[in-house]
Amino acid sequence: MRFAPGHRAWVVLAAVLLASCADKPAGVVDVDFWTIGREGEAMAKLVPAFEREHPGIRVHVQQMPLTAAHQKLFTAFAGNSMPDITQLGNTWLPEMQALNAIEPLDAYVATSKVVDKADYFPSIWATNTIDGKLWGVPWYVDTRLLFYRVDILKEVGFDGPPRTWDEWRRQLAAVRSRGNGKGFAVLLPTNEYEPLMSLALQSDEPLLRDGGRYGNFRSEGFKRALTFYVDTFKAKQAPNITNVEAGNPWTEFGRGVYAFYLSGPWNIGEFRKRIDAKDQDDWSTAALPGINGPGASNAGGSSLVIFRSSKHKQEAWQLVEFLSRPDIQRQFYDLLGDMPPRRSSWEGGTLANDPKARAFRDQLERVVPSPAVPEWERIATEMQLVAAQAVAGQISIDDAAAEIDRRTDRILEKRRWVLDHAREHAP
Amino acid sequence: MSRQNAAWWFLAPALIVLGLFFLLPVIAALLLSLTDYDLYALADLRNLRFVALANYWELLHRPLFWSALGHTFYFVIVGVPLSIATSLGAALLLNSPLARFKPFFRTALFAPVVTTVVAVAVIWRYLFNTKYGWANYGLSGLGIDPVDWLGDPHWAMPTIILFAVWKNFGYNMIIFLAGLQAIPADLYEAARIDGASAPSQFRHITLPMLAPTLLMVSILTVSGYFQLFAEPYVMTEGGPLQSTTSVLYLMYEEGFKWWNLGSASAVAFLLFVIMFVVTAGMLRLSRRKVAS
Repeated sequence: MRFAPGHRAWVVLAAVLLASCADKPAGVVDVDFWTIGREGEAMAKLVPAFEREHPGIRVHVQQMPLTAAHQKLFTAFAGNSMPDITQLGNTWLPEMQALNAIEPLDAYVATSKVVDKADYFPSIWATNTIDGKLWGVPWYVDTRLLFYRVDILKEVGFDGPPRTWDEWRRQLAAVRSRGNGKGFAVLLPTNEYEPLMSLALQSDEPLLRDGGRYGNFRSEGFKRALTFYVDTFKAKQAPNITNVEAGNPWTEFGRGVYAFYLSGPWNIGEFRKRIDAKDQDDWSTAALPGINGPGASNAGGSSLVIFRSSKHKQEAWQLVEFLSRPDIQRQFYDLLGDMPPRRSSWEGGTLANDPKARAFRDQLERVVPSPAVPEWERIATEMQLVAAQAVAGQISIDDAAAEIDRRTDRILEKRRWVLDHAREHAP
Repeated sequence: MSRQNAAWWFLAPALIVLGLFFLLPVIAALLLSLTDYDLYALADLRNLRFVALANYWELLHRPLFWSALGHTFYFVIVGVPLSIATSLGAALLLNSPLARFKPFFRTALFAPVVTTVVAVAVIWRYLFNTKYGWANYGLSGLGIDPVDWLGDPHWAMPTIILFAVWKNFGYNMIIFLAGLQAIPADLYEAARIDGASAPSQFRHITLPMLAPTLLMVSILTVSGYFQLFAEPYVMTEGGPLQSTTSVLYLMYEEGFKWWNLGSASAVAFLLFVIMFVVTAGMLRLSRRKVAS
């Protein structure tokens, strides 16, 4: 899960609505809803409409800052003080599922008139399915694709964005040789694992094998992605810097220091804000290039989950349904720029006519979930640390792949034991 | 009832409180550090395994632990002398017969100690903002380019040190002030009659007379500074590029972010051992000095 950088609030905003608990009419049910990051601000605007439609329910939104959300959810579980419903990044979903903290939602969806599985992007839906059961309903989606400079590509003789890695490589080389070797072609911050992960997910070979028991980074598919990634730095088409050092990529992209930027939906808004109005036609978005033709990218985003401990699951589900309605999802997009996970939500409103969002709509049909194991964030972090060493030329591709596997297998040691242990003790 | 028994009765309340709220948790944490308590164990206690010293062994092989230890030592080695020098300097100024409005300055300089770290961190983050901060505004007046105080991996730790020194020097200042006031005035008088200059008075009277206070203050400050946590937590979240991740911050992330309580406890005990060795070394060093 990723949120726009710069939107980190680090003071936990206490439940704003605490005061309203005081004089509650009889028969009104309280639903506690935790949100992460900016989504809480949008909820404050959406809740009144929900409460008007459901006079018997009162929603208490509590905003968690992204940096504190993970520990707060865990501490709440350990202390048995969970809310009824929460927003949950889909890389955190496997953890909550492993804790047996959240409620399977298959029965709710089966009878729902609003939540229609067929309307959702299949891979986004799949990130919420573990062991054949549904644990959350996708709320908004996040994927990585290419932001590119139309004018620069035209200048070096290309009419459109790349569709294959080979084509992309040629464009990168052409852009790189443009400014007497001063500028770069693409920004791939070396401390973000999403760019490499997105490329690696295009492979047919999974990143983990044997049901998430071992790493599979020595596969040809991953090595091919890692080679492409590392070569981009070796050819000086991407600078070997982190996003801390990159500072302000928007202005630099506007100035043409980079012609490509691999990033997520929130940057549409950032680029609109930060690039001059007269230059707005100079940039666009494109689906991620693949090995042979348009490729896949990662299936990120957040879901809504209901906790097992909740005493108001039905009421919480009504809130899930409300937030899953296409008209509400469009409103949500207008408030925050969070992209909806349902196809029908894309068919109206500002999204339908936004040319910069079109590539995302296209990409969302081709997204792949990251492995659904609780350890995934730690594994991806280690993957990126080793990849950064390969970028710096400290180790070869083969050694890097082997090293990532070694670290992954160590992280997954407990998972293997738990899985095997559970099988031994199964009745 | 014998005298011995009576003594135990008098001690009992203190011992019970200490045992219940200090000794017991410490023993529990020690036991925890020998297990692999994690997410799976939180879900189901049957997933808990005894791993002996594996947590410690693994930590010693983790680059992040060593870099966190490096950052902590950086903070202690630069921060403690700076903090003590500032405290001593402020105490000397306040103790000077020339100083006016002493109660006011004493209170003003002590104020940072009693403010909450989170509240003042907000103000410091503004002060050290790259674009709008006063720190860079001042530098630009001197013709120096703006510094990304909290965003640059090289500058983040110095900024944290500055913040911590400002936040904490008042406490030691009060202790030093008490120590300075306990030095008999006739010693200075005698030195003045012998024609000793102010610096040599400071060297040969103030410092030796303050030595016990200095030792106590150093040990307290060192052990306090080793436990660096709140400052990076509220100012930088351990970043940028983990350049302000201290050992205690690592423990917090391990324990409460990833819920690996086993290895988090191991971090805590490793830090305890390091602090114990360092303060014991300081004590021994000072004793040898006194003996010679």
